[in-house]
Amino acid sequence: MDAVIDVQGLRKDFGRTRALDGLDLSVRRGEVHGFLGPNGAGKTTAIRILLGLLRADGGTARLLGGDPWRDATSLHRRLAYVPGDVTLWPNLTGGEVIDLLGRLRGGLDKRRRDDLLDRFDLDPRVKGRAYSKGNRQKVALVAALASDVELLLLDEPTSGLDPLMEEVFRECVEQERQRGRTVLLSSHILAEVEALCDRVSIIRLGRTVETGSLVELRHLTRTSISADLAAPPDGLSGLPGVHDLRVDGTRVRCEVDTDRLAEVLRHLAAAGVRGLVSQPPTLEELFLRHYRDELVGGRPAGRLP
Amino acid sequence: MNGLAGAGALARLVLRRDRVVLPIWVTLLSALPASYAAGTRSLLPTAAEREQYARSIGTNPTFRALLGPVFGSDVGALGAWRSLFVLVIVGLASLLTVIRHTRTDEEAGRRELLGATVVGRHAPLGAALGVTFAADLALGALVALWMVAIGTPVTGALALGASWTVAGWLFAASGGLAAQLTERAGAARGIAIAALSGTYLLRAAGDASGPASGVSWLSWVSPIGWLQQVRPYAGERWWPLAAAAALTVAIGAGAFALSARRDLGAGVLAGRPGPAAAAPALRSPLALAWRLHRGLLAGWAAGFAVYGAVLGASAKGVQDMVAGSSQLADLLRRLGGAAAISDAYLAGVISVTSLGAAAYAVQATLRLRTEEAALRAEPVLATAVSRLRWAASHLAFAVAGPAVVLALLGLLAGLAYGLSVGDVSGQAPRVLAGALVQLPAVWVLTGLATALFGLLPRAAWVAWAALAGFLLVGQFGEIFKLDQKLVDVSPFTHVPKLPGAHLTVTPLAWLVAISAVLVAAGLAGLRYRDIR
Repeated sequence: MDAVIDVQGLRKDFGRTRALDGLDLSVRRGEVHGFLGPNGAGKTTAIRILLGLLRADGGTARLLGGDPWRDATSLHRRLAYVPGDVTLWPNLTGGEVIDLLGRLRGGLDKRRRDDLLDRFDLDPRVKGRAYSKGNRQKVALVAALASDVELLLLDEPTSGLDPLMEEVFRECVEQERQRGRTVLLSSHILAEVEALCDRVSIIRLGRTVETGSLVELRHLTRTSISADLAAPPDGLSGLPGVHDLRVDGTRVRCEVDTDRLAEVLRHLAAAGVRGLVSQPPTLEELFLRHYRDELVGGRPAGRLP
Repeated sequence: MNGLAGAGALARLVLRRDRVVLPIWVTLLSALPASYAAGTRSLLPTAAEREQYARSIGTNPTFRALLGPVFGSDVGALGAWRSLFVLVIVGLASLLTVIRHTRTDEEAGRRELLGATVVGRHAPLGAALGVTFAADLALGALVALWMVAIGTPVTGALALGASWTVAGWLFAASGGLAAQLTERAGAARGIAIAALSGTYLLRAAGDASGPASGVSWLSWVSPIGWLQQVRPYAGERWWPLAAAAALTVAIGAGAFALSARRDLGAGVLAGRPGPAAAAPALRSPLALAWRLHRGLLAGWAAGFAVYGAVLGASAKGVQDMVAGSSQLADLLRRLGGAAAISDAYLAGVISVTSLGAAAYAVQATLRLRTEEAALRAEPVLATAVSRLRWAASHLAFAVAGPAVVLALLGLLAGLAYGLSVGDVSGQAPRVLAGALVQLPAVWVLTGLATALFGLLPRAAWVAWAALAGFLLVGQFGEIFKLDQKLVDVSPFTHVPKLPGAHLTVTPLAWLVAISAVLVAAGLAGLRYRDIR
């Protein structure tokens, strides 16, 4: 497997705060990889280590086959970065910033730049100080997307964009995927990751708690089942993998571990199924299950059962 | 809603935010006229000496241009005359305070936060003007108090204090008006400072050639000229104060009228859109640094050029003035003649002014830290630009910038002095050398700031503290008989005092070497630390 990003056991401390505590991340060539976690989970720190802006305290990080710290300058020719918090020079216009960053990176596709400005509905003649947060974000996005690079590092790129522009952004990322570019998309907007990403890594408290394709992750999670049966069910509550069971006469609602689904369905079928609704778990649920613990009482990070 | 609703609360906010700066400038500036007057009294103890002094400076065009006509030879009158330039600083402090609490807040978006609360449309301007007016009133009262305390007549002290207060009010109101005009605080400051300098230059032009000349009416066009005509300690006239106060009211009313008519965040003069694409030359870190530094460089260069011209033009005047005083003439003979006085004066002023160039060096170097802290370094360093190349692009201005401003200072001072003594080819290179010889000491500050930025970025402010320390050591080291070891810490101690002294190369070479080592240490630190 050709890993564009390969991070293992990454550690980073800021004074007494441990920002990264054994982070693993593997991004394959040509995939759009979602990097999910709440604010403060360490997403930005990890990306800044990958950019060679921060030096790791432990673990290994490889980027495009090189060392992100030592080979920073040469690696940067092959990637583009959109920071989560875009600040622009107050006296440079958006157009100037886009061109400058593109040139410093080693080239910019002029036609694509103009096309992106058009699609994002961005006026490039405005001075940096006069842009709104969303428009500053667009400046950084256009600069990154118009560059001819292999890898895009996007740190919460849609914060500040309105829903219309989020849609434009999704189209653009979809195009990048079709061109064979690799994208690392950090986000806490689950719907965005769900719509765009091939694989996802979920991090919490500086540690990777889950990684895989959405399909793989769903195996680890529960499907909601709502069934209307011919007769009251029998022995459902005793089955392994059934949770939150509610039986109301012949109506049954429950949550089922996805890998136990077949057995549960056999039981339901035995009682005679009149109607059945099953919903795959949304990323929202997946996510909530990881972070609910944090709200309840801080269970140590690790893979879920 | 009442237009001034919430102004009281905002005024308290202004006072809270300025609780350190405001008392400092009010107290420091207020003490200057009394200290000048007391200094005049100890230097020229007899009335006859003072009269002679007043006559000599009163007929010298340079001094008339710089500080205006001399109306009396009384200690108070001479103190008031001498402190005219401080009056300009009072105006400057007042207008900056008002703009800081109006347009700067609005540009930064803080005003929006307040605008959504129960705050009237005029309240921010009202609060800023109210606090500044009160500060100016306190300043005027203190000026009068100090003057009475050193024993000058009460009427004159009141006239002087009142003229200072009204000057503060006038330029506070001008700052308030300028803040309504532009979207940017920087541009508003530029407009208000241009107005202040304009009134001062008009007065200077009118006063330079004396009351009999054809252009003396120019000082009557300038409000600073009016305030001068209050003539403290020399037959006080009160009506010019009323005229200046009336102008203040008119300007203030204009500011309020404009503030009622415009949108939040907008200015009367709309900002222009810039280019949609970058110029072909904007393709390197150095080109970016030029865009970020050119305003600062132009400002310092213009200031140093004007100051150099004034300095050079006044050097001959100092020589003449000293020649007129029996006590000083004695000193002068010991120093080695009239030309030596001019040399010592030029060398002394250039030496103090070079601390200004050092301030610029620190400011330009610490742009690196500003860029990093504002997260603007990150996008650049995420491209194929190495840390060293990025740092070097800014350091180019921290190294070459002070050289440019010092060269302008020396060049203009040398030309002006050369013209006044009729020896341009002889004097211009000497004075220019006097300015350029300061450069190695200035670079030590560039080096120190770079070292701090690279090794201890959070302690970068220490560069400013060091500069303040060097200033104190240089100004007061001899007066307070400080230990020579302490005085030697300042790089400026080791610079030969040109023109006049011998040029010694060894200390200069040392200073350059120290600067280079500091810069190298800073860059090495930058390579190995986190960018945050």
